[in-house]
Amino acid sequence: MIQLYDYVLSASCYKVRLMAALVGVKMDLEAVDFHPGRAHKSVEFAQLNPAGTLPVMVDGDMILTESTAMLVYLAKRAGPQWLGPDDAKSAAQVQQWLAFSGRLAASLGMARLHDMLLYKGDIDAWRAQGHAALRELEAALTERRFAGGEWLVGDTPSIADIACFPNAALSQDGGVSLDAYPSVRLWTRRIRALDRFIEMPGIHRLHELSPTPKVA
Amino acid sequence: MIAQEVLNEWYPVAMAAQIRAGQRRVTQLLGQPITVELQKGAIVVTGQGGALHVTEAYGHVWACPGTPAHDLFPIPEALEPCRRLVDVGVVRVKCSPLRAVENFLDIAHFPFVHTDVLGAEPHTEVNRYEVQIREDSDEVWATKVTFYQPQAAKSAEGGIVTQYMYRVAAPTAAVLYKTCPNRTDAWDVIGIFVQPLTEELCDVWPWMALYDDVTPQAELIAFQQMIFLQDRSILENQIPRLLPLDPGMEIPTQADLTSIAYRRWLKKRGLTYGAQMVAA
Repeated sequence: MIQLYDYVLSASCYKVRLMAALVGVKMDLEAVDFHPGRAHKSVEFAQLNPAGTLPVMVDGDMILTESTAMLVYLAKRAGPQWLGPDDAKSAAQVQQWLAFSGRLAASLGMARLHDMLLYKGDIDAWRAQGHAALRELEAALTERRFAGGEWLVGDTPSIADIACFPNAALSQDGGVSLDAYPSVRLWTRRIRALDRFIEMPGIHRLHELSPTPKVA
Repeated sequence: MIAQEVLNEWYPVAMAAQIRAGQRRVTQLLGQPITVELQKGAIVVTGQGGALHVTEAYGHVWACPGTPAHDLFPIPEALEPCRRLVDVGVVRVKCSPLRAVENFLDIAHFPFVHTDVLGAEPHTEVNRYEVQIREDSDEVWATKVTFYQPQAAKSAEGGIVTQYMYRVAAPTAAVLYKTCPNRTDAWDVIGIFVQPLTEELCDVWPWMALYDDVTPQAELIAFQQMIFLQDRSILENQIPRLLPLDPGMEIPTQADLTSIAYRRWLKKRGLTYGAQMVAA
């Protein structure tokens, strides 16, 4: 079974847990004491991942330390439709968004660690870079809506959406409001409405009112 | 001007193990800068006016910026030899420290915020329970609380009806006692220790004293952090920001008995830091 070294509050770990749930792959979760223990920076952990980052995926003799690579692996194995359309342009766009998700992590993700777990750093710069990245995401999603699309690439959700979703949806945790980004908000709601969606702290599931109230 | 009653209470200011490991914590208490550090083997908390009263208990460093009105509250269970003591680590929340405590005392939100863990629809009813302000200890206690929980603890397998007791032991510290899935004759003990940085910002230190010999430490920490972080986004969006101590726009229900007692207790004792007195 695939093993995932995991931290419950990590947006990058959640990205992989979410993808696995969406394609129906079960993983063995190995909790790492990221906070307050900083076990990911220990000597023992460095033997697994010298970079000292989470998540880490182990499957047989394969070790992955980049969450976007894990998304590719899970999709290729259990849900190839999540890789996006096969044409050259779409494949390149998916790669573009996978790389872009790193910018969300480096800005909104760091602002969140600062505000929540007291990480030291330039909070104003992180928030400003986060807004810049959200503007790009908002513009792209709005263009897609004008063209009748709902997802970042193609007609169905893909690893591009899953890669960008967690840090965008958690931006409020780092003091960055999504008020100015309606297309991003609608898109996060679409992702939360997917079959087999799972939540994480800070990203709540959609609660359906049952029975549905009658509209007069 | 901060009321003397507020200054004379104990507040958590650091995780003791981190300070003992040589970390120096520069932080705030009641809007004033403080430093927590190790000096010649002793933990010292220094504010602008000099050293504060310090005590170490339940994995944390506690400080009193005034003259302590009483000793720090006791948690006798913390001394039981077989319990696992778990320091969960700090989480900062942009909310009134009193709201952080009040949220900890609330049961009704379980099915909606901690869905499929501490509660689940349609089991949303809060059964009747009892609340009292105990004269001897001057603490708020809620007893005979019961709630259906799909996964009451990391060690729980399947849903159980969990029994709870809640206790407000200090203005910004509360302790709960809940059914221990591993032992019928003991309670699990979970504390929430809230450091008021300002009236609208706090550092929260969850802490646990459990009977659980099996679950790895990292999983116990992750479970409790998951629970608390599900609350965080709710807490940061509560309005008004300060906890109202006078009845106004809010209409409490039967399920809010503990919260009402907590607010009355704060008001009676003049513990108004992080509260608003005018009706909301």
